[in-house]
Amino acid sequence: MESLFALDNLWLALLLKLALIVVFFLTAPLVVGYIEHKGLAHMQARLGPMEAAFHGIGQLPADGIKFIQKEDIIPENADKWVFSMAPGVALVPALVVLAVIPMGPGVFAEDLDVGIFFALAVSSVSVIGILMAAWSSANKYSLMGGIRAAAQLIAYELPLVLAAAAVVLQAGTLSLVGIVEAQNEFRLFGVIPAAYAIPQLVGLILFFVAALAELSRPPFDMPIADSEIIFGHMTEYTGLRYAFFMLAEYAGIVVLSALAAVLFLGGWYLWPGVPLPSFAVGPIPGDVVAALVGFGVMFAKIATLAFVMIWFRATFPRLREDQLQRISWLIFIPLAILNIVVTAIFKVVA
Amino acid sequence: MSETLARPGPDTRMLPGGPGEGMLVEVRGEGDLRTQDMNLNIGPQHPATHGVLRVVIDLDGEKIVRATPVIGYMHRGFEKLAEARDYRQIIALVNRHDWLSAFCNELGVAIAVEKMMKLEVPERAQWIRVLMAEWNRILNHLMFIGSFGLELGAITPVFFAFREREDIQNLLESATGGRLHFTYNRVGGLKEDLPRGFLKASQAMVANVRTRTREYRDLLEGNEIFMARTKGVGALPPDVALDYGVSGPTLHASGVPEDCRVSEPYCRYDQVDVHVPLGTRGDSFDRFACLLGRVVASLDIIEQVLDRIPPGPVNTKLPKTVKAPEGEVYVRTENPLGQGGYYLVSDGKKTPWRLKMRTPSFSNIQMIPYLLEGALVPDMIAILGSVFFVVGDVDR
Repeated sequence: MESLFALDNLWLALLLKLALIVVFFLTAPLVVGYIEHKGLAHMQARLGPMEAAFHGIGQLPADGIKFIQKEDIIPENADKWVFSMAPGVALVPALVVLAVIPMGPGVFAEDLDVGIFFALAVSSVSVIGILMAAWSSANKYSLMGGIRAAAQLIAYELPLVLAAAAVVLQAGTLSLVGIVEAQNEFRLFGVIPAAYAIPQLVGLILFFVAALAELSRPPFDMPIADSEIIFGHMTEYTGLRYAFFMLAEYAGIVVLSALAAVLFLGGWYLWPGVPLPSFAVGPIPGDVVAALVGFGVMFAKIATLAFVMIWFRATFPRLREDQLQRISWLIFIPLAILNIVVTAIFKVVA
Repeated sequence: MSETLARPGPDTRMLPGGPGEGMLVEVRGEGDLRTQDMNLNIGPQHPATHGVLRVVIDLDGEKIVRATPVIGYMHRGFEKLAEARDYRQIIALVNRHDWLSAFCNELGVAIAVEKMMKLEVPERAQWIRVLMAEWNRILNHLMFIGSFGLELGAITPVFFAFREREDIQNLLESATGGRLHFTYNRVGGLKEDLPRGFLKASQAMVANVRTRTREYRDLLEGNEIFMARTKGVGALPPDVALDYGVSGPTLHASGVPEDCRVSEPYCRYDQVDVHVPLGTRGDSFDRFACLLGRVVASLDIIEQVLDRIPPGPVNTKLPKTVKAPEGEVYVRTENPLGQGGYYLVSDGKKTPWRLKMRTPSFSNIQMIPYLLEGALVPDMIAILGSVFFVVGDVDR
């Protein structure tokens, strides 16, 4: 499938794609953040933000403006260059991954043949940003947080990749667009149209939990455990640099939810086998209508997954670092490998 | 790897400043792999120490080699202040050091003064004191239930706990005028009678809190992660607990049923059934379960008390200047956090010659070095959160 934005003029197309990615990158995390603010509040018998615009809808932009105004403090003993660059290193991977994620039919910047490989490879770069921040802060709490983060991200990168590998095996392609299309044509037992969530249920659970750990979201938020090590690698950060870390966290939620939606929930299709409406509405051509509806469906799936992550945060206490490692190495990774083997057997037999 | 205590030399790092000055840093390991322990100050400003307790820990990775609590950051000299206040005024003073069990602290001092002056407290006041002490106990325990969850990363229970606390505080405010420092006790009785409808509102509140304790059980006690974090963590054997002078729910968790309300009843506790929930292993989970059990037990006591408050006055006529006769008295009360002791010495003047308080938090945190040794940093949080203390109560 061709991208909608693949215009004849290469430079114009490039500019358009970049603009759309940046706009999405700057707005989608805010939507997730707002869902977190309000969802968490209502689960906890609170109202959440109510003052900034209608029902606190302007809270996050207001927070952003506040962060810009704050003093940017760099600790005296910090490694200044590394300290300043770390938020960027943590932030950029999420931005780059968005380039390959299909948000609707034709709504993607680039359909790489190795899309999923590229997405997972790039998203794991953010750990370097966290380590840089932790090491350069010259703070013992930051250091502990960074070491925890490194151990955790290594341990959970594997189940994440292995769960995705099983999907790739089933779909027979590494391209994210190809995986969505393969799910659209997939029939369970040859008859029932179903997303990969059903045959790959184990994979979905592994992927989702590993994504939580990758993002340091509760119950796996030991790297930033606020009651133990203050705020991990972010302890010494203030102002805009801190805001970048927060943006990276929420952009990470969007990216990994989007990947989960693409890999397991059928991407932009409402249900596999059900085509999107592609009739022209007035002056809007049919493929644009389909793209808009597809984008809506995809975003609803992302929001649902993000909501589940927030729900987890409201429900679960934090695990201990060693318990987390044990779960990963003794349960998740063997299970993920088993999942691949079973998928491969079915693929060969069927 | 061997453990050797570093001899003071040019390489030895000393703790800079503070009460831990001169503490040696342990150097472990030999040959190529030489690891050094990290010295870390938890507090005095740290989310886990709820207050200004400082714990100096030596870390080997994430394992705690040695932990030293440093107290005194919140010393406000209440005992000394009490020597310059008359017997009526010290009641307002003693409800401040442990801000979460204000009523129970007032009660201990009021009883001590009454004992010295041989005052007969009216029956109605005695029963209302039991009622209020139990409400205060629930307020206190809800706070710790919420904050323990918060420290383990469960952010919701604290909001639920505060929702209930708010309701109970509104109820108590209607009677006492205070939400935190009630100052409802007076020498010889109470400030004033209960407002109309208080008992009925109490009845409704008991039912309300009782149903809502189920939410805490679901969210915390029955949660696998919570169990994994707390079971077997910071186990305190009963003999060690007694050696350290631990009391209250922290002691009950180790299986020792010592409770002043049963063993040395004051007010009208001898006429109500006091259930003391006990633990078996003495770990963090048991301590939490005891706390939750005590909330329910206190609700039971309140229900018993509500029907039995007799009509009558709530205060006795006092002389214009309250003077305790020369002598001394020691009163024990079961405060929410443990056993409170009030040793009052009078030389016959208007003010006490000495008021010595035995506060439960002070004794409870004595075992922190014992419990923390060999624990992991996340376990430290589970332990500090479950050894229930208020820093003001430690430092006074």
